[in-house]
Parts: sequence; structure tokens; C-alpha cells
Amino acid sequence: MKRVLAVSAAMLFAFLHLPLVVLAVFSFNSSRLAVWEGFSLRWYAAALRDGQLGEASANSLVIALVATAAATAVGTLCAYGLWKRDSRAIGVSLSLSLVTPEIVMGISLLALFQWVFRFLGVQLGLHTVILAHVSFCLALVVIVVLARLRTMDATLEEAAMDLGASPWQAFRRVTLPSLMPGIVSAALLAFTISFDDYVITSMVAGVDSETLPMVLYAIARRGANPVVNAISTVIVFGLGLLIIVSERLRKA
Amino acid sequence: MKRLRLIFLTPAAALLAGLFVAPLAILAVYTVLTRGAYGGVSAPFTVENWMRLADPLYLAIVWRSFVVAGVSTAICVVLGFPLALFIARSGARKNLYLALVMLPFWTSFLVRTYAWMFLLRDTGLINTMLLAMGVISEPLPLLYNWGAVIVGLVYGYLPFLVLPLFATLERMDPALVEASADLGAGPWQTVWRVILPLSAPGLRAGAILVFIPCLGAYLTPDLLGGGKTILIGTLIQNQFTSARDWPFGSAVALGLMGLVMVLLWLHARRGGEPLV
Repeated sequence: MKRVLAVSAAMLFAFLHLPLVVLAVFSFNSSRLAVWEGFSLRWYAAALRDGQLGEASANSLVIALVATAAATAVGTLCAYGLWKRDSRAIGVSLSLSLVTPEIVMGISLLALFQWVFRFLGVQLGLHTVILAHVSFCLALVVIVVLARLRTMDATLEEAAMDLGASPWQAFRRVTLPSLMPGIVSAALLAFTISFDDYVITSMVAGVDSETLPMVLYAIARRGANPVVNAISTVIVFGLGLLIIVSERLRKA
Repeated sequence: MKRLRLIFLTPAAALLAGLFVAPLAILAVYTVLTRGAYGGVSAPFTVENWMRLADPLYLAIVWRSFVVAGVSTAICVVLGFPLALFIARSGARKNLYLALVMLPFWTSFLVRTYAWMFLLRDTGLINTMLLAMGVISEPLPLLYNWGAVIVGLVYGYLPFLVLPLFATLERMDPALVEASADLGAGPWQTVWRVILPLSAPGLRAGAILVFIPCLGAYLTPDLLGGGKTILIGTLIQNQFTSARDWPFGSAVALGLMGLVMVLLWLHARRGGEPLV
């Protein structure tokens, strides 16, 4: 019984990790085919030389950084407000936004932007992508920060106020500092899902706002290309590192 | 204090209203309008878009999506149960194993889907290896079919099942398992007759968390199914891009949203734990 469980768990861990390991290993293959011919960094070099990939990566970074900053700020304030007193309307909207299929969120935002822009004469672009990303990162930030708040001692703030602090000072000087690890953890998670998103982004992006996932998607659909393996490996390691840091902070 | 609370909640409320509720409301309006010539919508009002949902052609797509999501969820349950049980019984290594389940999940959905394309395509690793070993003489058609889509969905959403199931198993009173053994049940009997029934709430929550994204999946069927496998998500996307029928696309999207909400409502009504 114990053996069976251990063996099946080992097989499932292999199922979860081997595809990514294989992808990473073959990104260093000198051959274009799925046959190992020798170690080479040529696909990484090719990725670096590609102007379109560079531009898309820059776009993705800008979008993820701005969206993360906005979602983290708004989400943290919201989590604190909800911690003080629950609001059903906001809670329900946040939960619903988490389970809304990505494609539905993508087209509904496209419909909104088209409708608004008919009156304002603005086009789709980086700004619409950023707004969309703030929208789907918000719920995640609130959940992570709220989970952290619920482990905290509410009487500390009361003590601060008994000693003469205003409610704002109690938040700013007592709660916020001890909440920091949770906030950073939430921000790192928001950054990863923003950087990785394809479905929603592709619906609301303009001609000048192609992101890295959009370029990868287009290349992947055209057929085998080891350059995608190379970029994928960089993404997995980069985002993986952020997630490990985030988990550490969340448990700290 | 009241004013402070307003300051804390207003930005989030405004964001949710403007970028989540308003877009869905606009879709709702679109569903009763006529399609425009170049995408978009125009007058007059009509209920035809909702009527078209009952067309057998589209009902077949909805049914197919349910089957694919159901099969994927069932496979996740079968695979996820032993994994969650193993982690729950692994003592001090628990957190490490949980991290191993979650790590690929968070890194990148797109990359993880692409990894399967690399493995499964005609010139992919599996076919290349089998050809080299002489097991096959022609590449097997592994990619661009329903099997590939289901593998991708299971791979993508298995962690959603393991987490709530693990939480339920960990909370379970170990004395119940001991009692079962004391009363003469073998280890398998204990799993089947004691642990499995007691883990039902976690299984149900996990199954819903897997089923919902599978039902609305777009990326996986598109990349691993190669556009030949039309599910609800693909249908919605097509209406907003190539078919340029926004009103009908909106009706399908809100229909999907409705299905998701019914599932959540059923889960809540049966006394399920809140999912989020």
C-alpha cells in the first residue's frame, strides 16, 4: 500500500515536471530536430538577436510591472478594508472574477474598450492591456494579502490607537510593516500571471503592444522552432524563481 | 473610521465596477443587438442570438465541451487522489511536495502547453525516439486530436484538484483510520470505505475547480487540438475575430458564465466550502 502510493506519486511528479525538463534540455541542443547532437547556445543567441522578441519582452515587462504595481496597491487597500469589515458586493465580484473563463473576460474587456473608444477616439494599445491585467490580478492580490491579515493580531492596532495613533497612523505604522511579506508575495504572483497571460492580452492588444506570450504563441502555431524552447526555458526559470521567493515570503 | 474604510475600498470597487461588471453588462446589451457589418453591433433589438444557442450545431459544441471537461476532471480525480494522499502522509516533507505540485502550475501555462507540443508533434521527441528505436515506421498522430487536448487540460489543472483534496485529507482525524484498522480492515479497505467517503468535500471542491476552467478552455484546445477541436471557448473567440458576429459571441459567453455560476451555486447549496 505504502509502496504503491509512493510509486504512483513518483510517476505523477515525473508527469508534472518531465515535460519542462525535457524542453529545457533540448533548448541546448545544437540540432534543429528532436535528436540530441551536442551542447550549444545557438538558440539562445538566435533569441537574443531577434528584434521582434526583444520588443515583445520589453512590452511584457512594462505591462507586468505597471499592472502589478497598480493591482498590489489597490488590492492591499481593499484587503485591509475587507479585513476591518466584510463587504458582500466586493467579495462576490472578486470571487466571480476569479472563476470567469479567461476568454469571456478577454472579449468583455474588448467590448468595453471598443464601446468607450467610440466616444473618445483612442485606440487599443499598451494602456488597454495594462488595464486588463490590473483587472485580473486584483482578486489574487486581495486573497493573498487578506490571508496574511487574518493571521495577524487585531489588538495591536487597538493598542496603537489607545496610545494616541489615528486610524490611518495605526494602519501605516503598525499593520502595514508587518503585512509587507504578504504584499511582496502577492506582487510576485501578480507579476507572474501578468507576464504569462496570452488569452486576455491577445484580445485587447493593439498593433504596437505585442507581448512575449503573443509572439511565442504565433511561432509555436507555425511549427517546431527551438528558439521557443530557449525562451520557454528562460521564462520557466525566471518565473519559477519569483514563485519560490513568493512562497517563502508567504510562509515567513 | 467610516471615511477611512471608504478610502480603502473605493479604488477596488471602482476597478471592479469599471473593468469587470461593466464589460459583462455591455456583453449583456450586445446579446440583444444585431451584428454590424465589420464587427461591432448595431440596431435593431433582437432575441435571435439567444435562439441560435438552441441550434443543434451549437448544442453539439456545448455537449462536447462538457464531455471533454468531464473526462479531464475524472482523470484528474483518479491521478490526484493518490498524489494528495501521499503528500498528506509524508510528514515533514509535506511542504516540499506541495511546492513541487504548485511550482510548474505557477510558472507559465503557455510554456507548459508548448512543452506538450514539443513532445507530441510528428517531429517531436516521442515520435523521433520511437522511430529511432524502430518501434514505428511512420510518426504516430499524437498531436492535434482530442487525446492531446485532454492530456493538456489534465496537465494544466491537476494541481487545482490536489490542493483542496490535500487540505481535507490533512484535517481528517487519524483516529478514524486507526479505528478502521483495529476493526480488521486492510489498508485498501480503509482507503475505499473510510478515507474516500470522508474526503468527498475536498474532492468535490477540487473537481469543480478543475471542471470550470476546462469547460471554458481556449488556449489548450487551440494549440494541442490544432483548431480542429471546437469547444465553447474556441466558439466565443471565433465570433469575435474571424466570424465577426459579436452579438452571438456575447450570447455564448454569457451562457458559459451562466453555466459556471450554476455550478458554483450547486456547490454552495450542497454545503460545499467556499472555493475562493
